Amino acid sequence: MADNEALTKVKPTRTSSKIFRTLVYAATVLTVVAVCFIIGYILIMGVPQIKPEMFELEYNSDNVSFMPALFNTIIVILLSVSCSSIFGIGAAIFLNEYTNRGNWFVRLVALATETLSGIPSIVYGLFGLLFFVYYLQWGLSLLAGVCTMAIMTFPIIMRATQEALQAVPDLYREGSFGLGAGRFRTVMRIVLPAAIPGILGGIILAIGRTVGESAALIYTAGSIAEVPSTIFDSTRTLAVHMYLLASEGLHIDATYATAVILLIFVLIVNAASTFVANKITKSKSGE
Amino acid sequence: MTQVKELIAKILFMIAAAISVAAVIVICVFIFGNGVPAIAQIGFFEFLSGDVWRPSNDLYGIFPMIVGSLYVMAGALIIGVPLGILCAIFLSCFGGKKVVRIAKSGVQLLAGIPSVVYGFFGLVVLVPFIRETLGGTGQSVLCASLVLGIMILPTIITLSESALNAVPDPYYEGAVALGADHERTVVKVVVPAAASGILASIILALGRAIGETMAVIMIAGNQVQIPTAITEGVRTMTANIVLEMGYAVDLHRGALVGTACVLFVFILIINFSFSALKRRNKNG
Repeated sequence: MADNEALTKVKPTRTSSKIFRTLVYAATVLTVVAVCFIIGYILIMGVPQIKPEMFELEYNSDNVSFMPALFNTIIVILLSVSCSSIFGIGAAIFLNEYTNRGNWFVRLVALATETLSGIPSIVYGLFGLLFFVYYLQWGLSLLAGVCTMAIMTFPIIMRATQEALQAVPDLYREGSFGLGAGRFRTVMRIVLPAAIPGILGGIILAIGRTVGESAALIYTAGSIAEVPSTIFDSTRTLAVHMYLLASEGLHIDATYATAVILLIFVLIVNAASTFVANKITKSKSGE
Repeated sequence: MTQVKELIAKILFMIAAAISVAAVIVICVFIFGNGVPAIAQIGFFEFLSGDVWRPSNDLYGIFPMIVGSLYVMAGALIIGVPLGILCAIFLSCFGGKKVVRIAKSGVQLLAGIPSVVYGFFGLVVLVPFIRETLGGTGQSVLCASLVLGIMILPTIITLSESALNAVPDPYYEGAVALGADHERTVVKVVVPAAASGILASIILALGRAIGETMAVIMIAGNQVQIPTAITEGVRTMTANIVLEMGYAVDLHRGALVGTACVLFVFILIINFSFSALKRRNKNG
């Protein structure tokens, strides 16, 4: 809604209006308090638990180091997000630049993507176990985990790219065609560069999803706390590491510490996405 | 030469687009292909309505788990829906620009927190609290509902807020011009106009709640039982899969995949009602 700030400042006189306004404010305050409490609690309890030995490169049950898990998380992110980016961006380009909207193939892909984005992560995990681990006989491995995560994050990147491409004005394309460029060249040189902030936003969302994922990885990538030497070795990411620590219940301090590291990861990802979002609004208002 | 290059590019992009369709097909084939034969072997009705889950005796009834999932989902909605909609109303109709910007980054943060962290928070804060105030072990329907209620907030807030923002200004202005105050206009005009968008956000949140796994496992207690009080433990369908998949073999594994089938069907129904609602919004 547009500028109604002046009206919201008028104090309501009807009792029901007063009640409603109080409810709205109370709910908002409650939500903000909940966010602050969860994050504050984890940070306050967790930061003192971070001990120097947790940064050792090898994990054992004495030092409960999260470093291997941290490295694994970064490896999984790099591999799965680059994989889903290539396919997600390619798919969005095809749907947006090469076909007419409303074509049956476009509708089919849209339906499939919607279905993919609604499937719960545990179903992905189970599918990864049945398909990659058992059927393709990759075993519990980095590769199986990465492939599962790539399918999971594909719809996120594809949707973000589609939105970014739709926001590129047709004038750009017409100008490029008018100068004699082919479709491929137009897409690569003109349309994609203009859509980069939006695509980046999608990639950051996908990274955020991968950082926090545990249900889809525990039965695909497994739970060995070592940096894998080949893609067929089992790995555990930070979120899985934290789940295992919490469910063992033996290293509560290390669990707190891992929660802090995960939260810091999330905060960095969020800051990055806010930065990119600001860039997008700036470039839009600049036009 | 250029034409060949164009054609190759087009085919490559098309393959990328087709991958999503292929992924859905392969996922369906593997989940249903492994689950349905097991369900058939156990017996469709024994599987869905049996209330004994004892894999060691080959008894696989997932009725308590279905009920558990529904209870936890309902609890999460009771907590999350009113809170989320009121927050969305604040963000869209009440807050000043600066406050809204800060509150939105808070909501974004809430969406980014991994589910294990939510689960752990529930385990170390809410579980002891419920144990001391209401009795029981603390790992309960109530605890799972509380945590899930917070977890679905970002979904409800973000989608409801954009539905409210999409209501045309003349609606608001017209009501105010007729003498209604701000609150009355919001309740009687703006919210009803955004109702189907708000409903869509609730449906999507429903899917999130029923599919959530790791947070629920840590705080719901995981006993296979139909709870009689909100302080008793439950096991959801998602929890059942994660807890036993690690060591399950043969029919037991099939029964777990069968559980995923049931979950999948739930999710598909939810998804289709969501997209049907969204399509109706566009046409209306």
